[in-house]
Amino acid sequence: MITRFTLLFTLATSVAAGATYELPPLPYGKSGLKPMLGSKTLEIHHDKHHAKYVNTMNSLVEGTNLENQSLEKIVRSSYKKNQALFNNAAQAWNHSFYWKCMKKRGGGEPPAGSKLADAINDSFGSYDEFRKQFSEAANTAFGSGWAWLVCNRKGKLSVCKTIGADNPMVSTSAGIPILTCDVWEHAYYLDYQNLRPNYIDVFLDKLVNWEYVSENLERAMDSGLCAEL
Amino acid sequence: RREILTKGAAIAAAVAVPAAANAYEVPDLLYPFEALEPYIDAPTMKIHHDKHHATYVANINKAMEGKEEVDILDLQLNALEAGPVRNSGGGHYNHAFFWDEMAPPDEAAKSKISSELQAAIDKSFGSFDEMKAKFEAQAAPGAVFGSGWVWVCVSGDELKIVGTPNQDNPLMKGVAEDNMFPILGLDVWEHAYYLKYQNRRPEYVSNWWNVVNWNKVSENFAYVTEKKAGVPVRG
Repeated sequence: MITRFTLLFTLATSVAAGATYELPPLPYGKSGLKPMLGSKTLEIHHDKHHAKYVNTMNSLVEGTNLENQSLEKIVRSSYKKNQALFNNAAQAWNHSFYWKCMKKRGGGEPPAGSKLADAINDSFGSYDEFRKQFSEAANTAFGSGWAWLVCNRKGKLSVCKTIGADNPMVSTSAGIPILTCDVWEHAYYLDYQNLRPNYIDVFLDKLVNWEYVSENLERAMDSGLCAEL
Repeated sequence: RREILTKGAAIAAAVAVPAAANAYEVPDLLYPFEALEPYIDAPTMKIHHDKHHATYVANINKAMEGKEEVDILDLQLNALEAGPVRNSGGGHYNHAFFWDEMAPPDEAAKSKISSELQAAIDKSFGSFDEMKAKFEAQAAPGAVFGSGWVWVCVSGDELKIVGTPNQDNPLMKGVAEDNMFPILGLDVWEHAYYLKYQNRRPEYVSNWWNVVNWNKVSENFAYVTEKKAGVPVRG
């Protein structure tokens, strides 16, 4: 006889063993970022694009030694070794990270005097200079890609851009990603069409979740670890 | 002596004239924006042509300012040598090529594959349906990952299907094999289909066949086969 306890215990341990990666829900629901990003955008971006990457990755690792590994481990292991797996795993990671990098009533500058604000001033000179560099990276990523803020162990921040599924955790030595913006056209096309600069402005002014970025900064500096997703 | 001086001055003046500021232009579509409905929607055609293509033209004009005027086709060969030429010069050629190979559905339905092109298709792929299947496989999101194009090219005495990233095309030395000349191409950047199809790229690809003008594709085939050169485009 399987008691409810036994059943729950089995489920809990199978998840803890890292079976298949589960698509995380949107932190704010599909209507949560209106009017900056519409509910149709979030629904399709999350339920179709992100879900597909997750499902494809899961089916590609099934029966392999990566099956029970963390998402980050799969990303790192597949980089330059298995393009199809990397594309899907990295996109699964990138999107899980991207959702958390945004929030309702976000954007603007991090709180004055915070560790993050200080790091931005130390690394860029000012928030305005960070904003300028991040916007430029986001606007000039040609084709499909991502813009990133990364942090090294010493707390030095820098901006970079990547193409396709690439993620600075594998493709640069500049540091750990602490903020990202998706600039694949599917991220903004329904709401902004060709006007990517408008989307970037809205992202920076209204959406960035600086609390999450601060957590990522702390974690990167304390232990050199990426966000847990 | 005066005559020589005048002639000399005239020649010097001619050589010194820089390239016209706007050497490249967005060619007008041969059909209205809504003409490819329901397979490609009017809003997409308008934004794709008036905004995306126009931006590539503006940027290639900027990149080529003060330089010798070069036909956009001829600019493709060495495009990999300069980022703006690769991205914006490629973007201009690719889109100019794309618009003219399409036609409204009823016109497309009446268009014919020439016997020479049909023979080449059968020889290289077995049949039209096999070519179509191979093309659709190359157009899948896993094959051209992110932004890019899919092409049918003449390569020697064969036809080949190739995918290229971003605004690269097979005419650019170093992108595909040498001496590959596109006769048919499909834009699979998300901006080409997102408003109507969103993530459903395979549906966009399979619907697109309904607006291919096989008369033009057959002309392209005849041209590249004879000249062993890329198809010229308007603009």
